[in-house]
Amino acid sequence: MSPTLAVSIEGLVKRYRGRPVVDGLNLTAVRGQITAVLGPNGAGKTTSIEICEGYRGGPDSGIVRVLGLDPLVAGGRLRPRVGVMLQVDGVYSTARPLEALAHRARLHANPLPVEDLADRLGLTSRQATPYRRLSGGEQQRLKLALALVGRPELVFLDEPTAGLDPQSRLAVWDLIRELKTDGVSVLLTTHLMDEAEALADHITIIDHGRAVLSGTLDELTATDGHSSLTFQASPGLDVGALARAIASQSSLTQLTREEVLVTEDAPGRYRVAGAIEPATLSAITIWTAEQGEMLSNLATSRRSLEDVFLELTGRELRS
Amino acid sequence: MVWGQALMELRLNVRNGEQLLLTAIFPVILLIGLTKSSVVAITDVVDIGRARIDVVTPGVLALAVMSTAFTGQAIATGFERRYGVIKLLGSTPLPRWGLVAAKTLAVSVVECGQIVVLSAVAFGLGWSPSGSLVNAAVLLIAGTAAFSALALLIAGVFRAEATLALANGIYLVLLLAGGVVVPLEKLPSGMASIARVLPSGALGQGLRDVLTHGQPMPWGALAVLVTWAAGAGFLAHRTFRWE
Repeated sequence: MSPTLAVSIEGLVKRYRGRPVVDGLNLTAVRGQITAVLGPNGAGKTTSIEICEGYRGGPDSGIVRVLGLDPLVAGGRLRPRVGVMLQVDGVYSTARPLEALAHRARLHANPLPVEDLADRLGLTSRQATPYRRLSGGEQQRLKLALALVGRPELVFLDEPTAGLDPQSRLAVWDLIRELKTDGVSVLLTTHLMDEAEALADHITIIDHGRAVLSGTLDELTATDGHSSLTFQASPGLDVGALARAIASQSSLTQLTREEVLVTEDAPGRYRVAGAIEPATLSAITIWTAEQGEMLSNLATSRRSLEDVFLELTGRELRS
Repeated sequence: MVWGQALMELRLNVRNGEQLLLTAIFPVILLIGLTKSSVVAITDVVDIGRARIDVVTPGVLALAVMSTAFTGQAIATGFERRYGVIKLLGSTPLPRWGLVAAKTLAVSVVECGQIVVLSAVAFGLGWSPSGSLVNAAVLLIAGTAAFSALALLIAGVFRAEATLALANGIYLVLLLAGGVVVPLEKLPSGMASIARVLPSGALGQGLRDVLTHGQPMPWGALAVLVTWAAGAGFLAHRTFRWE
């Protein structure tokens, strides 16, 4: 395996009672980068990340390598180098923040200074409060601090901002970005599109235990035939004629030419679907000018990660 | 690393009020109550020429071991599992044997504290132990091993609430009928023959044989404790679910 990969998963399968929860997952996380595993609930995110952490008794089939090692076999060598934040608490409910941090620090050979870390995470003012009485944001920050105190090369964060208010989420995001600045590799799971958009260098969308799409944010949201253009004009324009006018533009690519579709979504509100190229825009303005029409609110939109995600995973709610 | 873990377990243990009630306050109350009052027919053993305190103290020491190694440890471990503490510890450099060693260390330190406090109170009440203190120590260690193994067996298999109920229920049953503080001779004969092969009866009676009656090492009681430690330890090792 390439030394540039922090995590590599090939063909991972994990079944529970015969039912595959992870079903042929391929995924890589490059060292020094933030990689997000994005998927709806039940997609197999936690199972996959916990197999990387050495839990769940390992894969049923497939190859998992963490920092080049098999987590099931080389757990003893990996644990000092990897930080883990679980979805469950994992903290003694009566332990105070600094106490919990100091305890974890004693389990590592070369830990970060506990007071500094607590200070950076805004936990110092809560040092007399047991874990169970901390706010959700404070609990989450303490869990993150516990994953970091051993100076890991790689951290696994399972839904690091679950249940947090917006301020706490931003604070956790800042911390995760700082990790990257310090050269730490991060693999996180999330079902929040904006979280993946805000943090990740690389995003893998998984559903039903498989990777359905993978790439940088730019790659995932690139306008490859799914963007749209909207404008307003007088109601009742001949949309068929406009579509033909666009398609007759000789500079359009063949693929785009075949996909052009113009609809009047509401009286006077028009949508041009298909890949939008510079020539598409000029075709529309020339045609409407010939009709003596004044356009307003002309807008082209790049699709968001949310569009991509919902296209791939469906719009119906899942439990 | 193991010491770091043991230190944390100790700190949380000492801070826990219910735990303190179970490990310190209740045994002291029982020690004083059973010695000063004759309501309970446990100690009408003046016929053997020993003071009540000499009969009561070994039993209360056995009870102290049971409360710390079994009840306290089972409940704490059950909730550590429930909150994922043990799962997350599995991702740290602390190996699994290290966690067990740390728990044993923490339990031993608490027990030493209990023995010091209970002995001081007992001496104040006129306790005069006889027999070999080394033999008594060996029995206490074997008892600790047996009860710890049982605690981890229960905490490793059942949910936290079930562990809480079982650990307290078993404690109460053994306290009343398990031969811990009540000498086996004072139990109905059927009950006594069962209690004799339970770790509670073996530890309580073994300590009384040594400290009250000055007898040599009760090998039978020791064998019962070692068997429980080995059997429950093996099962706990096989069944404990860390995740």
